[in-house]
Amino acid sequence: MSDDVASLSAAQMDALREIGNVGAGNSATALSQIINKRIDMNVPRVSIVPLGDVPDLVGGPDVMVVGVFLRVYGKAPSNILFLLPKESAFYLVDMLMGKQRGDTQKLDFLDESALMEIGNILSGAYLNALFNFTNISLLPSIPALAMDMAGAILSVVLIQLGQMGDHALVIETEFNTDDEGIKGHFFLVPDPGSLETILAAVGVG
Amino acid sequence: MPELVKVGMADMKVGSAPSTLISYGLGSCIGISLYDPQLKVGGLLHIMLPDSTQSRANENRAKFADTGIPDLLDQVLKLGASRGRLVAKIAGGAQMFAFANATDIMRVGQRNAAASKEILSGLGIPIVGEDTGGNYGRTVSIDLSTGTYIVKTIDKGEKEI
Repeated sequence: MSDDVASLSAAQMDALREIGNVGAGNSATALSQIINKRIDMNVPRVSIVPLGDVPDLVGGPDVMVVGVFLRVYGKAPSNILFLLPKESAFYLVDMLMGKQRGDTQKLDFLDESALMEIGNILSGAYLNALFNFTNISLLPSIPALAMDMAGAILSVVLIQLGQMGDHALVIETEFNTDDEGIKGHFFLVPDPGSLETILAAVGVG
Repeated sequence: MPELVKVGMADMKVGSAPSTLISYGLGSCIGISLYDPQLKVGGLLHIMLPDSTQSRANENRAKFADTGIPDLLDQVLKLGASRGRLVAKIAGGAQMFAFANATDIMRVGQRNAAASKEILSGLGIPIVGEDTGGNYGRTVSIDLSTGTYIVKTIDKGEKEI
């Protein structure tokens, strides 16, 4: 059972990529409507990586990021982490708060609250799409926010996985606004047991 | 140019002067250093969890305080360090996200720090520097020429322990 993620078939990886695709597509649409900008999104990456290498997916463990974390409850418990480079988070706050680009130089309570709400909306959209696809109903916790080094923020998720294995399965999507002002990474990290539930639901268990 | 050796998550490295061992972006994890000031050899260990017996995947011994610290000790002794001269420093063990109903796993930083101290004390190695807790990330490094252990943070500055 340890490191069950290391032995997924190609069909299973495809199914997970498709889940990431519909989930992130729905999230991107939601974000686009809020900030009134076109959002491009890459084809989700489904990767199985050694725990210690996960921070490299966002530029390295000491890169400064804003992270919104949500625990996902239900039949397939998971974690969601929405990571934005600091500059992207500040620009997003500028847009949400009707400020000029560059006005936000640090996050106050209200700014944090706005970013957590964005995390909430994106997660809700993602999980809704996931429900339509898999019929697994999942509910997000209230969001929590931290601005710090990517490695430190990711460790919250990685430590939970570390109890069960040495690899992480991450379904990751990168967002970009068309003016390149906002880049973000949306991670869905299923708990080890949850993976089987999700795969069984889409018929590739 | 002194060598800078990177220590990943759930990883350990040992070496001697003039190398510096560094581990980036610790959250709830702990960076434990052992150092022999006379021979100028030492090591840095980056653990994620307190106890290997509570885990279903314990092949990587550097992931846990209870297996990683004794391994680190063995490796430093193999470099010729004297057990009686070894000193330890530890940093990390933060809780990155504050949840009202924090589960055990959310408080793992605290448990990591407690386990590390208990194991070091069980091995009879004095802890001469410590910077644990809080809700922020740390990058830690030990300069094996001097034993200086530097903790860098984003908002709380840099300190030597």
